[in-house]
Amino acid sequence: MSGSTIIFYLLAALTLVNALLAVTTRLIFRAAIYLLFSLIGVAGIYFWLQYEFIAAVQIVVYVGGIVVLIIFSIFLTQQAGEKLPEQKLGRKLFSALAAFCGLALVMLQLLKHRFTVSAAAPLEPTVANIGTQMLGVDEYGYSLPFEVVSMLLLAALVGCIVIAASPNPSKEGEQNPNQ
Amino acid sequence: MIEPGLYHLLFISTALFFIGVFGFFTRRNLVTMLMSIELILNSVNVNFIAFNKYVWPGKLDGVFFTIFIIAIAAAEAAVAIAIIINLYRSHQSIDVEDAEELKY
Repeated sequence: MSGSTIIFYLLAALTLVNALLAVTTRLIFRAAIYLLFSLIGVAGIYFWLQYEFIAAVQIVVYVGGIVVLIIFSIFLTQQAGEKLPEQKLGRKLFSALAAFCGLALVMLQLLKHRFTVSAAAPLEPTVANIGTQMLGVDEYGYSLPFEVVSMLLLAALVGCIVIAASPNPSKEGEQNPNQ
Repeated sequence: MIEPGLYHLLFISTALFFIGVFGFFTRRNLVTMLMSIELILNSVNVNFIAFNKYVWPGKLDGVFFTIFIIAIAAAEAAVAIAIIINLYRSHQSIDVEDAEELKY
């Protein structure tokens, strides 16, 4: 057993254990921190697969962006240190059963299936290759989806400002009596 | 322990997906439900990268799908948090049980 194998299993355990803790803990701030470590574990798996660019994007966008956004929204909407209410046992039991049955079904189907590996020469996922193909306008170029995603991000940006902006700034104090 | 390959990565991604589904079913707080959705989206990304690495090494399509999913997930999280903050302003709570005006 090589060191690479051990690192893979450590990363997998880090990801799955932290994901499980993130969905089961009753302290919402701890849930955010467990989610952070789970996302770092996924980034580690990308590094292990030698997709360094995707790993860097994962760390910058998820760990640096989305988790920080979630933590800010926890601060804005939650009393610190307050535990989430306990869920009904029946609901937890049936959710766990549904999730486990889904996992078992998918894994049974997966293990029966044999994937035919393409014989093409491997293309290294370097930043140069990714950039050339992403902005390419010829066949297999991704410039149209790239533009569509940039329009989507602009729409999301404008939409967030419109939704989150206070409807009447002069009545700010009245709308938030407990702040 | 055997050498990790495609099936190990697919197991991680499936387990992450169903952990997210479990969280989505059990949680009643909008921020924690959003965290479950992030886990589900991450599991899809792991899947795309694993298939790109082990089944179609000659192409980069999985990488592009992953990049686009990450971009859309960021936009989705930002819009969701704007909605959550707006909901908190009007209901003083972000529990889904408290926002039920559209139910009746």
